[in-house]
Amino acid sequence: MELFVFVCATAMIIVGALGVVLRKHPVHAALSLVLTLFGIAVLFVAQHAEFLAAVQVIVYAGAIVVLFLFVIMLLGVDQVENLKTEPLAGQRWVAGLVGVCLLGLLGAAIYTGADSVISRGEGIASNVAGDNPDANIQQLASSIFSDYVMAFEVTSILLVVAVVGTVLLSRRRTAGKS
Amino acid sequence: MNALVVVPTTTWYLLLSAVLFTIGTVGVLVRRNPLVMFMCIELMLNAVNLTFVTLGRRLNDIDGQAIVFFVLVVAAAEVVVGLGIIVAIMRRRSGITVDDLAELKG
Repeated sequence: MELFVFVCATAMIIVGALGVVLRKHPVHAALSLVLTLFGIAVLFVAQHAEFLAAVQVIVYAGAIVVLFLFVIMLLGVDQVENLKTEPLAGQRWVAGLVGVCLLGLLGAAIYTGADSVISRGEGIASNVAGDNPDANIQQLASSIFSDYVMAFEVTSILLVVAVVGTVLLSRRRTAGKS
Repeated sequence: MNALVVVPTTTWYLLLSAVLFTIGTVGVLVRRNPLVMFMCIELMLNAVNLTFVTLGRRLNDIDGQAIVFFVLVVAAAEVVVGLGIIVAIMRRRSGITVDDLAELKG
């Protein structure tokens, strides 16, 4: 059963990722991105991370992709990009070579290092594993609000800075001021 | 348990996220539309998230999922600021590709 889920989600992820890279139209690329994000969410559920799967769908598919689509529509940059022209000579080949080398390096690292990972934690509570429905959220919350509470507070500062910075960036400067 | 049933191991998930990360990298290198390049960066971030969740499960440790939570927040902030910059640039010069932005002048 998990194999079936894995194969389906993998197909979704790979097709979506290739769509992001290869589709000419930015709107199509954004919709392919949604497919990939849903596939990742499915794999999160399969790996006992239900809360993160929900957050993935809400934040990524619900907020970030909608933001992308808004910007595409707002700026009117939804014209088809000509992928045939290659402004830098040989760029595609170099990019492909870099991709193959990176994949080889990552694959070698995974192949050599996979067996050295030893289970050491106290377990992950999960609905999939048969615990009570809120177990995953409770465990994650107790981790975030005890071990990582400092990082959590810093995150709030980051969000405030991002909001203020974006408002400043996108504000139209009125005539007369600066 | 039936011997014929194949269960995807940690290595499978890690290889999938490696493939996803590579596709994102090649996309950033190949595409010239700044919005599509941003989407490819999102692909790379998601590959890393998948790695965190997979290794968190393998290590039996909830910390992997906690870190993914923070990565999601940082990714959201990054997208907001990045799209703000793109909107600010595009408002001056429309129909632009990243090759036209080689210098830090408006």
